[in-house]
Amino acid sequence: MTSHAAAAEGHAHEHHYTTTGLDNRKVAIWSFIGSECMLFASLISTYLIYKGRSVVGPLPHETWTDPSTGAVFKPILNIPITSASTFVLLMSSLAMVLALAAVENKDKPLPANAGWWDRQLASSKLWLWCTCILGATFLGFQAFEFTSFVHEGLTLRRNLFGSSFFTLTGFHGAHVTVGVIWLGSLLAIDYKRGLRPSDTLMVDIAALYWHFVDVVWIAIFTLVYLIK
Amino acid sequence: MATAATAPAYTSSESHGATGLMSWLTTVDHKRIGILYLHTSLFFFVVGGLEAIIMRYQLMRPNMQAVSAETFNQLFTMHGTTMVFLVIMPLSAAFFNFLIPLQIGARDVAFPRLNAFSYWVYLLGGVFITLPILFGLAPDGGWFAYAPLTTRTYSPTQNMNFWVLGVQILGVSSLAAAFNFATTIINMRAPGMNLMRMPMFTWMSFVVQWLIILAFPVITVALFFLQFDRFFGTNFYTVTAGADPLLWQHLFWIFGHPEVYILILPAFGLVSEVLPTNSKKPLFGYPVMAYSGILIGFLGFGVWAHHMFAVGMGPMADTVFGVTTMLIAIPTGVKIFNWIFTMWGGSLRFNTAMKYAIALIGMFTIGGISGITHASPPSDLQQTDTYYIVAHFHYVLFGGAIMGIFSGIYHYFPKMYGRKMDEGLGNLHFWLNFIALNLTFFPMHFSGMLGMPRRIYTYDAGQGWETFNLISSIGAFLMAPAMLVFLYNFFKSKKHGEVAGDNPWDAPTLEWSIPSPPPEYNFAQIPMVTSRYPMWDITHPERTAEIPHSTKGWDEARHRSDEHILPGGGHMADMAPAHIETAAKTASELDIPMPTPTIKPLLVALGMLVMVASLLPFFAGKTSAFVVLLAIGAGTMIYSLYDWLTTPLEEAH
Amino acid sequence: MAEHAVNPDHVREHPTWKQYKWVAAILTIITILEVWAYYIPAFVASSAFVPSLLLMSAVKFAIVVMFYMHLKYDHKLFRVLFTGPLVVAAATLVALVFLLATWIR
Repeated sequence: MTSHAAAAEGHAHEHHYTTTGLDNRKVAIWSFIGSECMLFASLISTYLIYKGRSVVGPLPHETWTDPSTGAVFKPILNIPITSASTFVLLMSSLAMVLALAAVENKDKPLPANAGWWDRQLASSKLWLWCTCILGATFLGFQAFEFTSFVHEGLTLRRNLFGSSFFTLTGFHGAHVTVGVIWLGSLLAIDYKRGLRPSDTLMVDIAALYWHFVDVVWIAIFTLVYLIK
Repeated sequence: MATAATAPAYTSSESHGATGLMSWLTTVDHKRIGILYLHTSLFFFVVGGLEAIIMRYQLMRPNMQAVSAETFNQLFTMHGTTMVFLVIMPLSAAFFNFLIPLQIGARDVAFPRLNAFSYWVYLLGGVFITLPILFGLAPDGGWFAYAPLTTRTYSPTQNMNFWVLGVQILGVSSLAAAFNFATTIINMRAPGMNLMRMPMFTWMSFVVQWLIILAFPVITVALFFLQFDRFFGTNFYTVTAGADPLLWQHLFWIFGHPEVYILILPAFGLVSEVLPTNSKKPLFGYPVMAYSGILIGFLGFGVWAHHMFAVGMGPMADTVFGVTTMLIAIPTGVKIFNWIFTMWGGSLRFNTAMKYAIALIGMFTIGGISGITHASPPSDLQQTDTYYIVAHFHYVLFGGAIMGIFSGIYHYFPKMYGRKMDEGLGNLHFWLNFIALNLTFFPMHFSGMLGMPRRIYTYDAGQGWETFNLISSIGAFLMAPAMLVFLYNFFKSKKHGEVAGDNPWDAPTLEWSIPSPPPEYNFAQIPMVTSRYPMWDITHPERTAEIPHSTKGWDEARHRSDEHILPGGGHMADMAPAHIETAAKTASELDIPMPTPTIKPLLVALGMLVMVASLLPFFAGKTSAFVVLLAIGAGTMIYSLYDWLTTPLEEAH
Repeated sequence: MAEHAVNPDHVREHPTWKQYKWVAAILTIITILEVWAYYIPAFVASSAFVPSLLLMSAVKFAIVVMFYMHLKYDHKLFRVLFTGPLVVAAATLVALVFLLATWIR
């Protein structure tokens, strides 16, 4: 795909001859994503295996009464909040593709009849900001979710559900955090020297990582939150 | 044979560029990194071997008290861990590093600095996991570290922490290298080096990289669970909290079985280079060899539970995993037959490398056949956790992987150092090793069938085990002189060996078209390839008359030649049909830009190690030491990583 | 990068805002349907609940991978690099759940 324009200019080291004609970094990031599939498959399997095996509550979808104290623990997952954060992450992926398109098309002049929206679409800074902010918002939702769970008595140590839930979603959150830092660095470069079409590949590999993290959340949202 | 005359005079190690300690600490040259891997893993081979010899001394006679039960636990744990993660894998990595770019006609790997990083992480991780044995603090839960045994409840001391953290660190090294080599093989092949022309070692390495990419994340997750259990009190392996006592075993073997192929396939690749060269015939059934390697890789992910037949998974799971295990013997058997047919009708040269290669075929077959005997669950129930299993996997890993790697060392030593190893000493080494191997491990079939369990630190007399154990121990002691002969030969030949020339074995593949040792840029002109055996096309066209030849891939390469720079620098005008290179100019004389040496990968690895090690004081409740170490480690790592990523690979010209 | 003229089948343009907005709309609609289904007790109790949720999630997964990760438009090598590991991962997940999960027995 990338960068028909990129061949025209840019840094010398981006023009290495390769067997497939593809950039090394892009081959590497796809290999990395393949590896990440196995990482998240292991985490999700463990969550699914331990579903329904906790000996004490709180539980994800069921009410649990402590037999010794009589304390009642309501189902802990908060579907409305998580639906909102899922939507936020989906929208961040939209912003990410628009950022990539903006970088790729930087050298194409806007048509004479270009409107306000066309000018916005051409702004890589705007869409990188949007992606970062949406990603950070997702993390905010997760921080809120984690703290409220702890208040309701669910910790890493409390039961199998707590251990496997916090580890799975925590690993995903850590990936989002890395993504936000990565995109933030791209934004810094954009402010420092401006991202050019020759930088498309650099943005593209960050975007692939970002979308993959989104895709993992699509699986987690269904398997952890919605299926009872 | 006339071409042997074109061999250049021996070029000294100066052709590797600068010398001195700093040049090694900062190198990003794949050949030097390969040599670092080789020396480091040979060192750990000696360590792991000494551990084995102490164990064999303890088991030589009934009721020996040379070491305590606790020490014995540490010895067998560290022997397994060392041989798997610190010896065979990095010995293979030494060859990945040294050979893959040379075999595919590239000037370096795809990411030279990441390559240096992989090595430093391996070295530091290896030291981290090995040092504790000197203080009686070594891991003691077996190389498989079965949880719940290894959770804090049952292993409350620091010992297992070195394992759960050390193996995690080594995993980072393997994964980083795997992404690097997978990309290198996909993307850095010379024009015409199509997939079906790649040397078989590169093919097997390619399969191995994907096994690492897919298997290591699983052990990573299993280790994170165990670390969280030990350090943060989670319940992944706490059976009283409802955890499944088999979860670790499943996750471990989903990694562990592909790991077996990660250990053996590179050795298969090496002998697939040695056998055709020394039989003076093309490899028999090349495409089938490549496909069976891929098939072994794929099936390798579907057999893991045969390590767990004894846990009672039920008839359904036992049957499925029994059948898949028997299936995987097919592509493996295909390889054995193809090697035999490669030798059939050839004019064989019995040098040390060839002897080791032939030994692999025989010894691995013994291990493979005993392996099939425990593919069947009822039969496995008799054998599991006995010395029969120990015999089986030592025939596979010592008789297979180590024999193949020694074959590779003797074969490629001239390419690495420009000199041959001594054949007389090599012969002695081979026979000592071969006899020691069979003396040590063959009797274990019998002691195992007589019911001797693995991992016991001593035993009572009168169970019929005495003779077999005595023979095994004598065999193990014989391995020490064998290794001494090898090491003497290795270090002596580096300085005083017979000068080899560029292609001492008259071998067919690209790495033999350049001087020995190769100049830092490898190829002054990137070779354009027309067949599987470019060197034989020049020196022995009659040998390659029946294999396909074409210039497929050349036009596409030329098409891009205007805009692109070759991997590692230089212009496409530097391409030429495969030829023998004799020029010994420097990179700058040829105007080939080389990556700048850098210490940053080492600093990142060091920072990472300190960061991970900070969990040791955390475990002991020393919070301030934990915070200080964490801050120093994370700071070093993040700063050096940032520094690395913002520095271009090559200095501007 | 830049497989330009050499691979004529890959020079097709990326999708643009015109397609992306529809992709986003479809993803949003499926997400709404998923959450909606969660709140219909009769549907949750039926045997169609789990398969339909898995299907919807798989569709979302495929759409993001094909369009946002532009695998549909990219070099076929990347499709192999992704689907191979994905198949191994999915098979491992299913096998583990069948071997160990108590709720499936």
